Amino acid sequence: MTEQQTKPSWQNLFIYLLAFSSGFCIMGIELLGGRILAPFFGSSVHIWGSIITVFMLSLSFGYLAGGKLSTKNASLKKYGFIFVLASITILPVAIWSTPIMEVIFLNVEDSRYGSLLACAALFFIPTIILGMISPYSVRLLVTDKDSSGQTAGKLYFVSTLGSALGTIITSFYFVLFFEVDNIIMVFSSVLGMLGICAVLLNKSAKPLNINTTGVVHE
Amino acid sequence: MSKIYLSILTFYCLLLGFSTSLSAEVIHQERSLYRNILVDDKGDSRCLKFNVKSSKTNQSCLYKSNPQRLVFNYTKLLFSGLLLIEEPKNILIIGLGGGTMSNTLHQIYPKSVITNVEIDPAVVKVARQYFGFFENQNITSIIQDGRIFIKRAIIKKQKYDWIILDAFNGDYIPEHLLTQEFLQETKSLLNKDGILSANTFSVSELYAHESATYKSVFGDFYNVRNYKNSNRIILAAKSKLASVTLINQRASVLQERLTPFGVDLRQVSKQMTLTSIEQDWPENTKLLTDQFSPANLLNN
Repeated sequence: MTEQQTKPSWQNLFIYLLAFSSGFCIMGIELLGGRILAPFFGSSVHIWGSIITVFMLSLSFGYLAGGKLSTKNASLKKYGFIFVLASITILPVAIWSTPIMEVIFLNVEDSRYGSLLACAALFFIPTIILGMISPYSVRLLVTDKDSSGQTAGKLYFVSTLGSALGTIITSFYFVLFFEVDNIIMVFSSVLGMLGICAVLLNKSAKPLNINTTGVVHE
Repeated sequence: MSKIYLSILTFYCLLLGFSTSLSAEVIHQERSLYRNILVDDKGDSRCLKFNVKSSKTNQSCLYKSNPQRLVFNYTKLLFSGLLLIEEPKNILIIGLGGGTMSNTLHQIYPKSVITNVEIDPAVVKVARQYFGFFENQNITSIIQDGRIFIKRAIIKKQKYDWIILDAFNGDYIPEHLLTQEFLQETKSLLNKDGILSANTFSVSELYAHESATYKSVFGDFYNVRNYKNSNRIILAAKSKLASVTLINQRASVLQERLTPFGVDLRQVSKQMTLTSIEQDWPENTKLLTDQFSPANLLNN
């Protein structure tokens, strides 16, 4: 029990905030995906088929990978690195989406498979990385077996609430005021900055967290 | 008291009987991949409707006793395109509806090649079945998203004399068919003397954004509208717009040929205003682009 009592509560709050933000950004990006694909692949129902398939598939891989990663010397620092990595891998969506989609459009005649391929090219990797955040958050938050279910429940509550807000705010307001690429850039920078904060906070929290010792040798 | 009830009851019975005799009879109804489609008959007119409860619900109508005669004002206004071009040999129509434009243009120019692009296979089926939409070796319908068709047509180096944009999704024009990039793509499909007609609305905040976007791509254009209803046709040309004299000349020549369809071309020519003379939107209006196109949100 000594570990949990010494772990500062602001750290838990911070992890919830990060999980909320990642939920917000995932759904914001997913929603904008429809907008990004429309000029090349139309706005038919199969566009959403492609988007949802790719996001669900990569999230599922992300959960596996995040869970696996959390078994080896979990720390706030590594958690922060996931965010930074997500932030970097989102950038191509804002910068190179048009040339990427152009190549696919020219080579794939059927707009169903074209959109699926384009969606995979743009969103597969960043969404896997964003998917790693949930299980990793659980690892950082759980203190004992009895409350682990409750902790996971709270975490899913916070991150899914973030997803809901990310969906509605992006579709109702962001698209009305900003350009698609700019919104993506903001998502990317928010994730990146939160990640850097996590890495920095890890340093200050180091004496309180016995799990961080092995990080450097990873 | 029972007398009062009885009289109320008879009143309602009468009302019910009266209203059903006048109300539309639904002859076809289906839920397609994209929308609810409804065909109803009311007296002499038959109408195609999308998303029944919306106010702009009629997509296309015809008079059963005289299918040739056009019902809608906006359809009539679309023929203003004929005043800008001598004889369109290759016509592209995005958004089929009941197929009225295609049918009418075929009757006026039987030799012209008409390509109809419609996203919803159910609409094509209904147009054939209930609105006499006619196809032969010159008139084809392709099931595809308009934007994708145009992008593919550019690769195939196809060219058109007249492109008609008439795609609606029951709410408004699909957002990706309103952007500057889309209009540039469309413009590149036009022949040197090619023209473009777009069926839009003149009410709503979107008016200014749409107008500014069209002007950014085509330069000045003609607005064609009658002020009785909210339709507005944008009539633009790839190179130079025809002069007023030429327009009036063509109106006189074509007047007779269009009378059977209920189109008064001379009247239509009077409803055309050039945006270089009358620009009724603010100069700094934000353009609609693939990056910024909250079209339906602006349309409130």
